[in-house]
Amino acid sequence: MKRQEIIENIKVRAGKDILDFQDRSKNRIYFTVSNPALVPLVKYLYNDAGARFITASGVDTRKAIEILYHFSIDETGLIVSLRVILAKPEPETETLTGVMKGAEWIEMEIHEMLGVNFKGHPNLRHLLLKEDWPKGNYPLRRDR
Amino acid sequence: MARKIIPIGPYHPLQEEPEFFKLHVEGETVVDIDIDIGYNHRLIEKISESKSYDQATFLVERICGICSTSHPFAYVNAIDDLLAKDPPERALYIRTVIGELERIHSHLLWLGLAGHFLGYNTVWMWAWKYRESVLDIFECVAGNRQNYAMMKPGGVRRDMSKEDFPWIKKTLQGLLSKFDMFKGAIMDDPVIRARTEGVGVLTKDDVKTYCVVGPTARASGVAIDVRKDDPYAAYDKVKWNVVTQEKGDVFSKTVVRVLELYESVSIITQCLDKMPDGPIDAAIKDMPVGEGIGRHEAPRGEVAHYIMSDGTNTPSRHKIRAPSFMNIASNKKAVVGQTISDATIILAAVDPCYCCTERVTVVDRGTGKKVMTGQDLVRLSQEKTERMRKT
Repeated sequence: MKRQEIIENIKVRAGKDILDFQDRSKNRIYFTVSNPALVPLVKYLYNDAGARFITASGVDTRKAIEILYHFSIDETGLIVSLRVILAKPEPETETLTGVMKGAEWIEMEIHEMLGVNFKGHPNLRHLLLKEDWPKGNYPLRRDR
Repeated sequence: MARKIIPIGPYHPLQEEPEFFKLHVEGETVVDIDIDIGYNHRLIEKISESKSYDQATFLVERICGICSTSHPFAYVNAIDDLLAKDPPERALYIRTVIGELERIHSHLLWLGLAGHFLGYNTVWMWAWKYRESVLDIFECVAGNRQNYAMMKPGGVRRDMSKEDFPWIKKTLQGLLSKFDMFKGAIMDDPVIRARTEGVGVLTKDDVKTYCVVGPTARASGVAIDVRKDDPYAAYDKVKWNVVTQEKGDVFSKTVVRVLELYESVSIITQCLDKMPDGPIDAAIKDMPVGEGIGRHEAPRGEVAHYIMSDGTNTPSRHKIRAPSFMNIASNKKAVVGQTISDATIILAAVDPCYCCTERVTVVDRGTGKKVMTGQDLVRLSQEKTERMRKT
């Protein structure tokens, strides 16, 4: 699917839920979307636009937790990044594991590193940290 | 039937990445698998926030000892993306040569280990012997056989000397006949085919839902390759083909890797022929505020780096995703329903570390008594090959 077509489709589907759009370069576009619009957009990208989920980057910007979901449209080399902004102190969002299993591990990682609760995740245990890691202690948080 | 658990891993000196598989088995059949990672978690992403952009290149080079240039390559691509500026053309060619040399030695290393687990120790010895000549090229170019330190934001750290090109080309050409030998040994050997065909199959749907990358995906007929899809360095300036196979079994994964060896030699040879003269470093002065995503097709698949910059000389966030992070999770699909003697080669087929099988013990869940060691499991696999040879 062409780049412009994808941009238009996302804009039509999300409408007012798009808080920001950045057209960085030929192969990189970034959307900031409101939380409820995330799963439908991911379903569109994954099921209809032929996107592959690369990974998600969790960032503590001090004000909030941001998660960027990076998708690759391998046909054209385009990377679409969807950013959601989650309020502290207890950030939470819907899981993407219902759409693709490849999201399972990275959500576990963001959960343990940044304390994000992914609602509906089948197995939100520790992936990288020990199981007895102190509760509420998140290594990539910047608020302490 | 009583269910037993076979723990595989997590540590072995030969392992490139520690990981821990718990195979749940009933009799001979694997019925479930638990995968634990994190034994080697160093929080490099956090350490990177305290390093300058230049230092972070060395840091990410130490993520993996086998494909040590994969992470720096993706990282410098991310910086290029952030700066929206390409490095000098000569640097792009040198990066490509280094990336492909690494693919050859990494695939040969995998091929050797795969041979060992199937009981073909001659393949193991030969593959590693011919891998040495690639490491010699690295020594000549970079001064190091591993951790070459060639990548640099905005270019490369060392130039390549034209005087070395004929020798490098001759060495690589010499390898082609050896690749022919491996190809023949794998394609024509009925026992290898019997051991690997139809074993550990990943379908196209599995590849999609587990978001699998690299040779593991290409063996299932999914033609994804960052070098082709989102070209960087000099990959769009040379002619080469994406290698795919259709069946998604261990055999297909082996064939993809062997055929990729030829493509890599071809890419390197073309790069050496076409390499333009000129500077090798763009000498970056300032980092703008912004974000960049860099990708590189490592021997095991796509490596992705995400950099967030606040305009200072250190990244404010550096997210790293290695290909095995996606590929290892797919073992859950590939290994269930298979036999224990095939488990080692299936887990190995995504090319993670698997020398860990040396540490395998089979524990009886009821008594806690060890009934099998890691060597026993490798022996099981080798004996199965031996039985097939005889019949």
